[in-house]
Amino acid sequence: MAVAIGRGAIALGIILSNVYRRGLRGLLPWFYVGPALVFLLLYLVLPVVQTIYLSFLDGRSQQFVGWDNYRFFVTHAAAGIALRNNLLWLVGVTGVSVGLGLVLAVLLDRVRYEPIIKGLIFMPMAISFVGASVIWRFVYAYRPAGREQLGILNAIVTALGGQPIGWTVETCWPLADWEPITLPGVGWVWSCWGIPFLNTLALMTIMIWLQTGFCMVLLSAAVKGIPSDLVDAARVDGATEPQIFWRITLPLIRPTIAVVATTVVIVVLKVFDIVWVMTGGHQETEVLASRMIKEMFNFRDFGRGSAIAVLLLLAVVPVMVSTMRRFRDGEDGL
Amino acid sequence: MKFLNSWNPWKRSQPPLARYQHYRKWSRVKTWLSAAPVHLTLVAIALLWTLPTAGLWISSLRPAADLSQSGWWTVFQHPFELTQYSLQNYRDVLTAEHMGRAFLNSLMITLPATLIPVAIATLAAYGLAWMRFPGRQVIMVAIVGLLVVPLQMTLIPVLRGYRDLGLVGQFAAVWLAHTGYGLPLGIYLLRNYIGSLPREVLDAAAIDGASHWQTLTKLVIPLSLPAIASFAVFQFLWVWNDFLVALVYLGAANEVAPVTVQLSRLVGSRGQDWHLLTAGAFVTMVVPLGVFFALQRHFVRGILAGSLKG
Repeated sequence: MAVAIGRGAIALGIILSNVYRRGLRGLLPWFYVGPALVFLLLYLVLPVVQTIYLSFLDGRSQQFVGWDNYRFFVTHAAAGIALRNNLLWLVGVTGVSVGLGLVLAVLLDRVRYEPIIKGLIFMPMAISFVGASVIWRFVYAYRPAGREQLGILNAIVTALGGQPIGWTVETCWPLADWEPITLPGVGWVWSCWGIPFLNTLALMTIMIWLQTGFCMVLLSAAVKGIPSDLVDAARVDGATEPQIFWRITLPLIRPTIAVVATTVVIVVLKVFDIVWVMTGGHQETEVLASRMIKEMFNFRDFGRGSAIAVLLLLAVVPVMVSTMRRFRDGEDGL
Repeated sequence: MKFLNSWNPWKRSQPPLARYQHYRKWSRVKTWLSAAPVHLTLVAIALLWTLPTAGLWISSLRPAADLSQSGWWTVFQHPFELTQYSLQNYRDVLTAEHMGRAFLNSLMITLPATLIPVAIATLAAYGLAWMRFPGRQVIMVAIVGLLVVPLQMTLIPVLRGYRDLGLVGQFAAVWLAHTGYGLPLGIYLLRNYIGSLPREVLDAAAIDGASHWQTLTKLVIPLSLPAIASFAVFQFLWVWNDFLVALVYLGAANEVAPVTVQLSRLVGSRGQDWHLLTAGAFVTMVVPLGVFFALQRHFVRGILAGSLKG
């Protein structure tokens, strides 16, 4: 804090000395940059500092409570579920959408109707998370067995002779009827012999649907940027298509893959709308961002809400530092 | 392919050109067959990706009674029987469920929340790119850092500030907030573009006696229109599709709620009334989809550039 004040004082001193030397003309740049700086200060810089401070106060921001709001994540089961789900989202959505985007980028490079397919897969990027949630609620729609199914997924399941499934409700899709096992010592029970986290996976699918187009477009540009003489030379030397993919394409577009994956991670980290609209965070689908809004509005606990926000910020700090460093060194690689 | 040769009427006896054409024809069929898995995969994925939206759209056009009795795919049994479609759902959702009002609210929110940041970002980007003053490098690095700050970090303090000022539930609250949240991206994009304009052109303007303001309005803005358009399209879509900022600062009152908030309320109150939900969802999507199809180039560029926004 003292350093920041010191820097501020120095900056002010420089501005004033400028005014002194060059008259009002030295102030001219600040008329251009000033409005933006005021907004950035009021809406980003100061709130971030204040949120960090609030995260060490109690729910009504009156008493200092130290690390209590953070300890809540370790002790409270609901918060633990939110953390676990965020990890699931990060790994699952990033992995699948980047992987699928890569497959599409490589395959699309060989066909002539590329723009149409690209347009169709990219289109969900235009749709809001709330709109996408309603679209998928309809896909997942559930009615008890015996009635006509309206959701296409359950219609397929029942047409194949299965029972309709509450995709956004069930936490487990049992495939085998085995006894649950308990890990001795920790008291950790595993009872789902089948597909676990079914409803969270169903929500993650929505995000994958939204993000794959983005990955595809960026990766496709990278694939097209590979010099064709390189690929041709490999072909002449007798390389097979898989060899070309693993030995040439993949190493050359690795930097783009890193950027795309980082971007998806940042988007997924803050996922809120989908969970809020689809399940409201019930049935163990809570994530950090939806938990935060709950703490803010339902429980009026600004301390815990702030602590969750700080966790989200900490998660993006590495990205923040690396982009700032790259920008400063003049590479400017976003 | 051996058996083909045995009955091939052109074999040897035919003139070379016909043989060549025959060979070309068959080799094309062969390459097409070997590429078939690629085509199949691509078409299957594209269909899979379109199916949910198509289902929603078809359903929104079906009468409520049909909709609750059979899946939307049943219209394909006789797709051209136009009596099975109607616009009644849209009429209902726009009037009785306040979607029409929400649509106007969304416009009221989105237009200023796009124009203000575009103007301020252009001004700042010019200053940061072409004016010399102490600290401009530090400011730029800080702006790049602010680009990825999660919105969630600002909600509580800003909300409290708004409460003290009585701004909660006012359009101005979201206009200003979206301006603050959109500026890092706008300044970053525009400064990169404006900074890469040829120095000679700006120097020439300065030698001719143009002031900074004249250079900006007469020279820089016309030259930078592609970048400004990309940012404007991105910001417009971001604000239109935003749910979190509107929910926190505006609340869900009918007078101010934008389409996203109204749609999420509809899910809460009429969660099984698919005729309203499908039509309502399509009302929220029609503007972004229109922008997507009309301005695809700017849209893609804007989305790609803005992908790291917090």
